[in-house]
Amino acid sequence: MRRGAVVKRIGLNAAGLLVALFAAFPVYWMIATSLKPNGEIFASTPRPVPARPTLEHYREILTGNLIPGVTFADFFLNSVVVAVSTVLLSGLVALLAATAVARFRFRLRTAFLVMLLVVQMIPLEALVIPLFLMIQRLGLYNTLPSLILTYLGFSLPFAVWMLRGFVAAVPKELEEAAAIDGASRAQTFRLILFPLVAPGLVATSIFSFITAWNELIFALTFVNDQDRYTLPVAMTFFFGRDDTAWGSVMAASTLFTLPVIVFFLLVQRRMVSGLVAGAVKG
Amino acid sequence: MTTLTEATGKAAARETPARRRPRVDRLPYLLLLPCLAVIAVLLLWPLGQVVGMSFYKLNSVRQLRGDREWPWVGLANYTQILGDPFFRTVLRNTVLFAAANVLLTMLLGTLVGLLLNRLGRKMATFVASCVMLAWATPALTGTIVWKWIFDDTSGLVTWLFNKLPDGLSSALFGRSDWTGYGWFNSPLLFFAILTLVVVWHSFPFIAVSVLAGLKSVPSELHEAARVDGASPWRVFWSVTFPLLRPVFGILVVLSTIWDFKVFTQQFVLAGGTQDRPTFMLSIYSYAEAFSPPPKYGLGAAIAVILTLILLVVTGFYVRMVLRQEES
Repeated sequence: MRRGAVVKRIGLNAAGLLVALFAAFPVYWMIATSLKPNGEIFASTPRPVPARPTLEHYREILTGNLIPGVTFADFFLNSVVVAVSTVLLSGLVALLAATAVARFRFRLRTAFLVMLLVVQMIPLEALVIPLFLMIQRLGLYNTLPSLILTYLGFSLPFAVWMLRGFVAAVPKELEEAAAIDGASRAQTFRLILFPLVAPGLVATSIFSFITAWNELIFALTFVNDQDRYTLPVAMTFFFGRDDTAWGSVMAASTLFTLPVIVFFLLVQRRMVSGLVAGAVKG
Repeated sequence: MTTLTEATGKAAARETPARRRPRVDRLPYLLLLPCLAVIAVLLLWPLGQVVGMSFYKLNSVRQLRGDREWPWVGLANYTQILGDPFFRTVLRNTVLFAAANVLLTMLLGTLVGLLLNRLGRKMATFVASCVMLAWATPALTGTIVWKWIFDDTSGLVTWLFNKLPDGLSSALFGRSDWTGYGWFNSPLLFFAILTLVVVWHSFPFIAVSVLAGLKSVPSELHEAARVDGASPWRVFWSVTFPLLRPVFGILVVLSTIWDFKVFTQQFVLAGGTQDRPTFMLSIYSYAEAFSPPPKYGLGAAIAVILTLILLVVTGFYVRMVLRQEES
């Protein structure tokens, strides 16, 4: 009996290690490769750990010009501008809508919530063509605002959905107390609700950030000039194709991936509840 | 969309101060206005627009800008696509790929979720953290790394297959030297690797959701079943599964929606939109519209077909979520 339990425990732990290896190995391999000198990367027998770790690939992509006058840092900056603008806009609009849904009873409230759920399921891939038309008509083709606008639309429904829970979690009594003390609605919002919802707003913003940061298809389609590429487009364009400079590719991938992983780990818990948990509470 | 906002306005207007309550609160509608505008303009309008565009022959950017007229062709784009034998290949690729990926993702995700629930605390935290890494990695860079792992000269997989004893390798695969072997050249192998990449990206969400569901099941139920002498297999199907059925339902639907429209992974793995034998609906639509010569109308028609398929799946999803809310 006892021995059976021990064997079972070992088996479970072994399975656990196997799962961990499968899940984490590609990330590890990306970082490890980025730190290896070319001799090790292309050696006939791969080394699991870099024998002589080097930052040469990072130096290469950070100082070298990918096209004349344009560096990795420029693409990085384009991506940051797009993602941060998306986050600010989407956070503001989502906060207003979430407050409406969580704090007021009104007609069509449920209809609005159902609509939020449904629009999240719209296949964004199917919208490339009509949005391309809209961007052309608005004269925004080949500009970063074309992407900011697009990502605002994509990130908003989930942001409202998620923020709604945070607003609902703030006890209503606090606002009522403030109102009794003579605070106006704007004051109540600014002094009571906003500070308490701020952590939720940060979490929501991270999701909008990741959405905008990772997006490839629209960035590929709406921007033509190479110096305006966002990082994902630059990566597919300069590295992803038939290139075999794997050291630089992995260094660039690492720089692209690390911020996402850090942000993601901060908020992943809410992701599950946001997607699986329910619609019409609070 | 317009009907919704109009109705909202009417509702606000109807409840005039004279009726029942002293003052109708317009504030919630004002707060919702920016959000509704964004969703209407950037999601719902384009969704209607894609349907509209699919009825026109649109083969140049100048038409889109409005410099040239749009010739109406009715259902010609649809008849052209549906009559094309290639569309059947694409549809078959899409459906088989989605089915295989949903099945494998659910299977692996559920197993890992059950495993995490049984592991000791430290081990569970460690494994869960590693699983999170796969989830957090962007589709783009995750795919690039797998591409490197399958590189035909210095990739890890090529090295592993070269390590196989020559006799065994020849007997099994008909070759012993794998250097220079194009892993992505045959469609079947391409889809196998794409499946690996997509399952790697998506099983963590299933695992974590199943784990969250398991934690909500009172452990007494499992203990009672075990005391009654039920095997683990039996406990799962008779106790765990029925209790988690709503969660499983939603997860299957979400996975189906996601796997039907895989784009980034395929685009990166195939290195663009040239690899026609491995096309699925979303990349087919994109390639028809944007690869020169552009055919926006035709691409739009394919996008509409993809959307209709997903609409049916979404219907199931919304029904499930609403039903779960009620209970």
